[in-house]
Order: sequence, then C-alpha cells, then structure tokens
Amino acid sequence: MTDLRGAISIAGIGNTQRWDAPGRSAFDQLQEASILALEDCGLSLADVDGLYCAMSVSGFPVLNVAERLGIAPQLRHADGTMVGGASFLFHLRSAMSALATGQCDVALVCYGSNQRSAGGRLAAMPDPQPFEAPYKARYPISGYALAAARHMHDYGTTRAQLAEVAVAARQWAKLNPAAFERGDITADEILASRMVSDPLTKADCCLVTDGGGALVLTRTDRARDLRQPLVPVLGTGVAVSHRQIAAMPSLSETAAKRSGAAAMAEAGVSVADIDHVMLYDAFTICTLLFLEDLGFCAKGDGGPFAASGAIAPGGDLPVNTNGGGLSCNHPGMYGLFTLIEAAVQLRGQAGARQVPGAEIALAHGNGGVLSSQATAILGTAATL
Amino acid sequence: MTNSDPRFGGPGPEARWTEMLADGIFAIQRCGACGAAQFPPVATCKACGAASPDMIPADGRGTVYSTTTVRAREGDHDVSIVELSEGPRLMTCVTGIAPGDVRIGMAVTARIERAADGPRVVFDAPEAT
Repeated sequence: MTDLRGAISIAGIGNTQRWDAPGRSAFDQLQEASILALEDCGLSLADVDGLYCAMSVSGFPVLNVAERLGIAPQLRHADGTMVGGASFLFHLRSAMSALATGQCDVALVCYGSNQRSAGGRLAAMPDPQPFEAPYKARYPISGYALAAARHMHDYGTTRAQLAEVAVAARQWAKLNPAAFERGDITADEILASRMVSDPLTKADCCLVTDGGGALVLTRTDRARDLRQPLVPVLGTGVAVSHRQIAAMPSLSETAAKRSGAAAMAEAGVSVADIDHVMLYDAFTICTLLFLEDLGFCAKGDGGPFAASGAIAPGGDLPVNTNGGGLSCNHPGMYGLFTLIEAAVQLRGQAGARQVPGAEIALAHGNGGVLSSQATAILGTAATL
Repeated sequence: MTNSDPRFGGPGPEARWTEMLADGIFAIQRCGACGAAQFPPVATCKACGAASPDMIPADGRGTVYSTTTVRAREGDHDVSIVELSEGPRLMTCVTGIAPGDVRIGMAVTARIERAADGPRVVFDAPEAT
C-alpha cells in the first residue's frame, strides 16, 4: 500500500471573501476562487487535470464547472461526491489518491454559493424524506436541536455553555478583518436570542452568506517548487453515519470519532501534537461534539471545556480562528473553508489571529445533519 | 421480466407501508432471516442483507429519545425521535401535551392521525392516553 503521509500538498488557496454579493451566481463565486487559488501558487487553468466540486444548486457540479472553466477536455480525474458540507474533505481524500497514483497531476477542489443574496435560506438539494416530512421539522436546525437536547440529557450540557462557543467564535472573528460578523456580542445576548428549535436559538446558528473557495493540490515534490510555503496533507479520514436524523446511532456522539481516529493514525499524530483546530460549526453544538469526538476533551466535557475559555483567543486550543461558520462566513456548505484557514495558519499568513508556531493543524468537516464527517491533518515542511 | 428475482416481487416496501397506514396499521419490518427489526421500510435487511423483510404491525409502545419544539408562525409544535419497543427509532410528533412539556425518557403510544394531507403516525403522551 502507498504511504500517503505528506505525499500530497495544498499548493494554492483561493477565497473570494465576497460574503454578501448580490448579482453573482454560485458559479461566479466558484470560478473567481479557482482563479485566485491557481494564481496563489503560480499555476493556471491549463495545468488542471483533476476537478472536485459539490454544489447546492446543481446535481451535475463537475459537468457545469468543467464547462464554465473551459477545462473539460483536459480532465483525467473528477469527483462530484455530495455528502453536504463535508464533501470537500471527501474530495481531498479522493484527489490525493488520484494524484498519488498519477491519475492526475494538478487537482482543483472548488466551491461557490450565492445563498445569502439568493434568498438567505439554507438551500438543500432535492432529496425527499417521506418519513420525516409529515412532522415539519425545520431542516437542518431541528436535527441539530435534537442532538443538542440529547447531549444536554446525557451530559448536563447547558445553553450557557453553547453560548460560550458563539462568544469564542466572535472573539476570533474580531481578529479577522475578512470575517462577516465582527461586532461585540455577549453570552447573555446569545441566550436572549430568538428560539428557533429548542434548545437552539438564532445565535446558535451559523451565518448565511455568499462565498467561494478553492484549493489547488499537487504532489509534494512539485508543490515544493511553487510559490507558497509547503502545506503537506499528513492524513485524512472520512466517515458516513446516516441520512435521516432518526437513523443516527447515538445523537450525542458523532462519526467524527471514526474520521478523526483514521486521519490521526494516517498522520502519525495524536491530539497533543495539534496546534490549530478548525471544526465545522454549523451550530454551536457541533463545536462541542467534535471537540469531544476528536479527542480534545473527554466525552461529555465539551460544554465545560468551551466555557473555560480554552477555545477562545488566549486559550490553550485555538479553534475556528477565522471566526468559524458562526461569525466568519457560511455559504451553504462551509467545509472547504476549514481547510483554507488551516492552510493560512500553517503558512504563517493569518495576521492578528496567527497561532504562533503552528506546525500541525486539524480541519474537520460535517455534512447533512451530522451525517457525514471528514477530518484532515495538515502540516508544514518541518513535519515531513 | 420473467427473469426478475421473485424475492423482490410485488409492490415495494414504501408502497406497501403506505397502503397499510391507509388501512389503519402502523407497520415496521422484521427480517425473516435474522429477526432484526427496522424502520423506515426498505428493500433489504440492514442487519444481514436479506431481501424483503416482513412487514409487521408495530406494538406501538415507545420512549422519547430526543425532542425539540419547532417555533413557527402558525404555532409551536413538537418534533421528537421515539425509540420503539422493537428497537428502531423514528421521527414523529408527541401529541396530547404542550410541545415544551415533552421529556426524554417519556413512555408514549403510537396512534395514526388522519390529517388533511394524509395519515401520519404520532405518539400520545401518557397524560393523553
């Protein structure tokens, strides 16, 4: 078996930072991000022979994007796996295999959304669920609310602890000039926010923004010669759990336990080695679940851990340093942005929010209603 | 069609389940090969892969596994996940008490509610039975 540890690197990153951009389509955002990512590392569209994308607005993302970018004839590998917001970390793993075996040489992982300007609601792919629909749950928040309620029941987690997750995200966002929400917010204000699906309020929910992001991946030997500091992928892991929330084996424990263990085993690292953490925070409960299931604190201790200030600026574990989906951006499917911020930190390009000496980062994506989980461990040249 | 596998013959599981519901029966599946119970109905057993698990009436007893109150303009309503005595869980609505009074661990009983947009399985809280 091929050892993939460090074999593939993130060579380029692109982020449109257009969180509220009326008049632009999801494809416009995706194409801009793709060009930015290629320019970032000094490659061009002519170099791309692997394409990886998923979109809320299209059931044929690879076909639409290949045609629009004008790269269809040159593609040798592609993957449009759609597992919600974690898709892009599934794509990363797929692209790594293709790159390592020579099925392609330059992989573009890309995403765009106009969710905010198109109406501001989470647009879901047509995917009828006849055994859920009669009960008029609000998708996806009620699924996360059911998980939060069960976590509270099992472990005594409180709404005040959930609020601390949102406060920490906002404190990080204030250090990020590109974050969408940078105003002051207190735990009391979050607790007083409008209840949407108990126990989750509007302030427990991620933002609804537009946006586009992209990554360029190459084999590490080639990335060494490109423009940016090396960000090798040390390990990845993916896990699929369920589609309908009622089919989730335990509502207070996620499949991040499996994806995280797989990624860390491949990378040969443990949680103690990780300097920087990006967790897909679609709702405040997600951050707690993933901190626990990835092993950053004991199962059930996510609430007290977050409330201790550990994940906020100045804490022991820098989590969601861009401000997360809660305060930086959330264009429908946010997973790719966890990888982008991890790469920015490892390159040492994060400005006021830079984690000093960050050498190993963990990026974690979530999709559906805690349905798909995917974890990536990224490093610097020194970790190879 | 003569070559089709007879184990998968007849109407599909969702169609049969819907027909039984219209006849007043809340059904789940039990595998004839391994005995595993499952819901919602699908074409194969999730435990062992055997074709066409049997459709049997659920005994109707369940326990609230988790619950949320959905706040809506037309009024708040309960959405719960109930664990059936046979094991499988389903999304449903607990009726008979205020949405905010539904508690995890509460024993509930299935009932078919005939709403304007078709029948659905709901669960009565103890106070309502």
